[in-house]
Amino acid sequence: MSAPSIEAAPVLAEAPAPAPRKRRRMRIPASVIGGAVVVLVIGLAAALAPWIAPHNPLDVGSFDLLNAEMPPAFMAEGDSRFWLGTDNQGRDLFSAMLYGARVSIAIGGGAVLVAATVGVILGLLAGYLGGWVDALIMRVGDVILSLPTILLALLVSGVARAVFPEAGTAQWAPVILIGAIAIHEWVQYARTVRAATMVESSKDYVRAARVMGLPSIRIMARHILPNVLSPVIVIATINLAAAVLTEATLSFLGVGMPPTYPSLGTLIRIGNEFVFSGIWWIATFPAALLVVLVLGVNIVGDWLRDWFNPKRQAR
Amino acid sequence: MLAALASRLAQALLVMLAVTAIAFVMFRYVGDPVAMMSREDASPAEKAELRKTLGLDRPVLVQYGEFVGRVATGDLGVSFRNQRPVADLLGERLPATLELVIVATILSLSIGVPIGVLCALNPEGKAARLVQTVSLIGISMPTFVTGIALILVFAVILRWLPSFGRGDVVLVGGWTTGFLTKSGWASLVLPSITLALYQLTLIMRLVRAEMIDVLSSDYIRFARARGLPARYINFHLALRNALMPVVTVTGLQIGSLIAFAIVTETVFQWPGMGLLFIQAVSFADVPVMAAYLLFVGFLFVVINMAVDLIYTIIDPRLRTRRA
Repeated sequence: MSAPSIEAAPVLAEAPAPAPRKRRRMRIPASVIGGAVVVLVIGLAAALAPWIAPHNPLDVGSFDLLNAEMPPAFMAEGDSRFWLGTDNQGRDLFSAMLYGARVSIAIGGGAVLVAATVGVILGLLAGYLGGWVDALIMRVGDVILSLPTILLALLVSGVARAVFPEAGTAQWAPVILIGAIAIHEWVQYARTVRAATMVESSKDYVRAARVMGLPSIRIMARHILPNVLSPVIVIATINLAAAVLTEATLSFLGVGMPPTYPSLGTLIRIGNEFVFSGIWWIATFPAALLVVLVLGVNIVGDWLRDWFNPKRQAR
Repeated sequence: MLAALASRLAQALLVMLAVTAIAFVMFRYVGDPVAMMSREDASPAEKAELRKTLGLDRPVLVQYGEFVGRVATGDLGVSFRNQRPVADLLGERLPATLELVIVATILSLSIGVPIGVLCALNPEGKAARLVQTVSLIGISMPTFVTGIALILVFAVILRWLPSFGRGDVVLVGGWTTGFLTKSGWASLVLPSITLALYQLTLIMRLVRAEMIDVLSSDYIRFARARGLPARYINFHLALRNALMPVVTVTGLQIGSLIAFAIVTETVFQWPGMGLLFIQAVSFADVPVMAAYLLFVGFLFVVINMAVDLIYTIIDPRLRTRRA
């Protein structure tokens, strides 16, 4: 697999020259390591939430209204049982945040996975088959990209609610959210993979495979796919940040995860109602966690993009 | 030029038809209009009668044609929730959203362009690095978090500015404006900053990247070699060319800005179209959703064409091609 792509390099005269090897050994900046560490720590804490969280924020029966709106433990009236205080129902905020980050990351990651899978398949089909398949997929993509992510996601979840009343429940909301986010994001993958597939298709190894009479599906999956995947990884990283933000925004607007099974966005929505009464912690801590998580992913994504594509380094 | 304009118009018309088709499908098939509009104890005969009056028994294409006809004359149906014509609802909310978006765009351009230029002129300087870092934080900060932070600081702690609503508005020829009263301006401060920050980072990064590109081009080097003053080179020769993509992006971003206004309007309880739309989404008020979609689609098409026209005005090369 690797031999043909090296031989084929000269054919790429018009395309930007492949990255010189030495660039690949550039030093990883401290900020990137910091970002990666932050993402890993939050990711791990979220994954292990059921084991490390001091309380169970999903067990409504365990909440005590007497504990409601308790300030964080480091403040004068704080309670040492609730490190970051409690929300309006007496739910431990720290535990709710761990579970919330878990939900946010799972939905963001799920949306990226769905979008990448759909986008790669459609991109391969469009790039390899060309003709009307290509035209259809790309025109649909153009129309979708002309609508802002948030608007499209709101429309999808609004329609889902109208058709299907269960759409707002903890069980179905994640599915709707993943669909609502992925319906916009797949286009980017499809465009990138399509372009890369068109370059690869004209190379000798693909022609050889075609002459041998291999079926198109096999050529696409076994021969072209591995050679067009690296930009997908970069887009996926940057999209993960965007997907987590979109999920948070939808939940904040009240069309995402319900308060009984909150994501970070839902927690911020709950907290937003109390900001005026001076109860600042319910909104502030989840918001800070969200920003730090997204910032970490963005830093790593930015660096990955530069690493894979030295041409854009100047920006 | 005329041919280009005609093909742009044709394209725009196609996009609008596609959007009306989506809106029609939502309108017609999401939820049952008859069930929504008839009494709960209506007999099947009554329902059939209503179906007939609404024209729902005719072929789909005919219905679609009528839908397009009604939309073209401004009849967008009746809101399920408010029982009022959707066109009136949108009309009431339009000024609030437009004033917010306009002020936010002016803010982000007047701050973003100069900062971007400064960063490009001295890309390795401390200030430029600081701006780059801050902008990365900026794009990682969701609009609603910015809004809540501003409310917390300026409305709750400092008590300088109002945090919700539009303040006092004045009715000028059917247009409610907040531009004429003190409380109107005060109410506009926090929401417009929140909305502008989202776009500001983008404009700043774009101006910087474009300026760096342009500054390294041959004609700038030639201008330097001729000994032209740096001011003239930077602002007259370079900035003009660097601004081209900024016009496009700013124009195209107005669509996203209106979408983000949904978030800003929710945070600040700003009585605009975004708030109307988000309420429609939570109540599954399909006519309002469909109308909002139509409106955004229409706006998008108009802005696209405006951007094309502005292009020919600021880029002399396109003008000569026309001649």
